[in-house]
Parts: sequence; C-alpha cells; structure tokens
Amino acid sequence: MRMLTFSRRTAREVLRDPLTVLFGLGFPLVLLGLLTAIQKNIPVPLFALESLTPGVAVFGMAFLTLFAAMLIARDRSTSFLRRLYTTPLTGWDYILGYTLPLVPMGLIQSGLCYAAAALLGLPVTADTVRAVLAGLPMCLFFIALGLLCGTVFTDRQVGGLCGALLTNLTAWLSGAWFDVTMVGGWFQRTARALPFLHGVELQRALLRGEAAGGHLAWTLGYMAAAIVAAAAVFARGMKKD
Amino acid sequence: MDGVRIQGLVKRYGDVTAVAGLDLTIPAGERFALLGVNGAGKTTALRMLSCLTRPTAGDALVCGKSVVRQPRAVKALIGLSPQETAVAANLTVRENLLFMAGTHGMERRAAADRTEELTQALGLGEVLSRRAGRLSGGWQRRLSIAMALVSRPRVLFLDEPTLGLDVLARAALWEVIRGLQGVTVLLTTHYMEEAEALADRVGVMAGGRLLCADTAAALKARAGTDRFEDAFVAIVKEAGLSCGC
Repeated sequence: MRMLTFSRRTAREVLRDPLTVLFGLGFPLVLLGLLTAIQKNIPVPLFALESLTPGVAVFGMAFLTLFAAMLIARDRSTSFLRRLYTTPLTGWDYILGYTLPLVPMGLIQSGLCYAAAALLGLPVTADTVRAVLAGLPMCLFFIALGLLCGTVFTDRQVGGLCGALLTNLTAWLSGAWFDVTMVGGWFQRTARALPFLHGVELQRALLRGEAAGGHLAWTLGYMAAAIVAAAAVFARGMKKD
Repeated sequence: MDGVRIQGLVKRYGDVTAVAGLDLTIPAGERFALLGVNGAGKTTALRMLSCLTRPTAGDALVCGKSVVRQPRAVKALIGLSPQETAVAANLTVRENLLFMAGTHGMERRAAADRTEELTQALGLGEVLSRRAGRLSGGWQRRLSIAMALVSRPRVLFLDEPTLGLDVLARAALWEVIRGLQGVTVLLTTHYMEEAEALADRVGVMAGGRLLCADTAAALKARAGTDRFEDAFVAIVKEAGLSCGC
C-alpha cells in the first residue's frame, strides 16, 4: 500500500516533466525517422529498420537512467527524502517505488519505437513482440543505474553523467549507429564487455527469428548486478542520511 | 508525560563535535525554540531527535519512546519540516498532502478528510490545485508544515521554518505556527525575533552546547537588557564562545 503510494508519486513526477516526453519519446522517434529517410536515399544495411529499430529502442531506454537519477538526486537535495525517512516507509518501499513505475514507461517507450518502425515498413510478427519484451533486462538495468547514480551524485552531476555521458556511451558502444567491428581492437572488446551492444544484438537476433541466449545472458547478468548494487548503495545512503 | 526529554545527547563526526552533551526537557504542548548561529548544533540535534542520525552518546525520549532503541515508535509520533522546503515539486498541494497521508498508511477516505482539515487550518485552499514547485517560498513553507502535520504528530520539529522568507510571508507563517494546538513544537532558528515571538521558552545553543533555556523575558533579565538580541550575545560571550558575528 505504502509502496504503491510512492510509485504513484514517482510516475506523476516523471510524466509531468516535459523533458520526459522530449527526450524519452520525441528524440528517439525523430532519430528513427531521420535515419530511415537517409536509408531510403543512401541505403546502409545498419539503418535498415530490422537493424535500426532495436538500436533506437535501447538508446531511448538510456534516458530512463536520467529520469530516475534526476528524481532521486532532487529528492535528496530538497530534503524531500529526509522528510520521508521520518515516515514508516521502508527501504524496499523506496527502491520499488522508484523502480516499478519506470518499467512500464520503458516498455511503452520501446513499444512505440517499434510501432513507429512498423508504420515506416517494419514487418510486425510474433518476433517483433518478443523483441519488445526482450528490452526488459536493459530497461531494469538502466533504471537501477539511475537509482545508483541518483543516490551517489548531486542533481547537477547527474545531468552531466546520465544525460550526456551515459547516452553517448550507449550510442557509441551499442552498435546502434555504427558497426563496432569496423573500429575493432579495444573499442570492440569494450563494447562486447558492456551490456549495451548485447541489448541491441539480442533484439536484432529475435527480429531475425534467431536464438539469442548469449546476448540474453549478458543483459540479464548486468541487470542483476545493477539491481543488487543500486539496492545496496541506496540502503547505505539511507543509513548515512 | 514530557513531549521531549533529552539526556546527554552527543554527536561527533570524526574529530568534530557537533552536539556536546545536550540535556533538555520540553513539557508536552510547549513551543520551544533552539536559537543559535550557523554551526551551533541545532539542526544536528533535531536530526537526532527525528531519528535521522544516530547519537554518538546519550539518548532522547520523545513522548516516552527512545530515539536510540525505538526509532520506529518515535517516527510514528513525530512530524518534521526540514530546513529546505522538501515538497514534491510536480505534485499539486492536494496531492502532496494525500501522498504524505499514504506514506503513513491512511485509508483513502481518512486521507481526504485530513487533507481537508489541514487545508482549512493552514489556509491552503487558494493554492490546493497548484503544483508545489510553482508556489512562492512562503506557500511552500506553509505546505511543508502541513505535510509534517498530516500524521497528527504529537511532537513537531521545525528546522528554520521561515528561512529565506520576506517579512510578510514570515509574519503569515508565524500565525500558522502560533495556531498549532495540542502539539509539542521544537523549532530551530537563528532569528532572535522569531524565537522571542513564537516560543514559550528559548534555548540558546553555541559550540554544540545548550548554554541556557528559559523564557525570553527571563533571558533578557538575566543579561540585564531589554533587547533579546543583546541578551543572546551576552549569554554566548559569557560562556566564552564566539557568537559567530
């Protein structure tokens, strides 16, 4: 009951922020439209909808980190969290209350990307639905990362780290905009060691109707690690406050 | 039963002693002001009393419950309005109040009734549907106090309740605080006139220690002055501490 109260508040705070609509939905959809238009004039296999849509979907989810981190950092800087620490809310109420409302937002955001791609010509099959649902581990990974960053950093730092650095890292290291094998070397090894590329490749493989167990394992592993780290850091932050 | 009974409360951060052995009793229903310059230890004391930080030594009983051994029980008895306004910026005033009621586990009907009561009591009617983040500082402070009162606390902690407000907004908020009935109020402030105007008794803190606690009139008489500000300076200097001026 208390957790649901907290979840409703999280959802309202995020959805009423115009940045959510602008960056969370508008920006990825504009990218999808622009790159599809380029693809029509200068065909590049990477920008074919089957390849591009998973990249845009995962890139769009990176903004979930910004939304979660900004909300938590602001709650800290305004002492709102301090006020709540004097109420009967428990650590799990906070962690779930911050996390759960963002999960449907992430999946809806991803679904809308695929819906826009369908309008542009992406065939809709059962594989498409599987690809959307396969975004769940990355969705939770990005939200947990937001919980962690929001607990550790100030709202100003969060803007730079999660708004600029993380979205750029996701863009470069996910293989969404260029093939990491073309760069090769340490860049490719780094991309393969991080979850972003696997998150995109997972959805691409599912769209092709192929097995993607390896990519799924990577994303699930990162998701679990991020959740455990975020919960531990948040709980520690509560005690410290 | 006393509203607050503080016994040898100490808080150290490494080598720095923020609160050095605080002893104080506040009877139920009293409005008590902790007065001191920045860094006197007022906010740290309030944070220990509201179970936000654990004392290094000593204890405090809030309506008979120990902040060290029974923090959950204490949390059920208190309301806190922090130094910052601490409101949910994108929620309306009504939603902020309903949200606080929800965090205390109130049912929907009870939460709505309590919201209505506080709206009337604190005069929030005209801003009830406005988002908290778009209110003036004075309204945000008023909302902050209303949020602290949602759970019907027996002890209310107000940390610098009028910090940064203009004269009119401060006067309006003083009226709100004076109107609080049946609740023990412990407020911190560094405004002399605020402590004198609002509190039944005033405690002067400096260097983490409580130098004295009495009515404003008695403190002025003790210092041999008619001005409360002069009395404050005299008390701090008498203790051999810097008044921070």
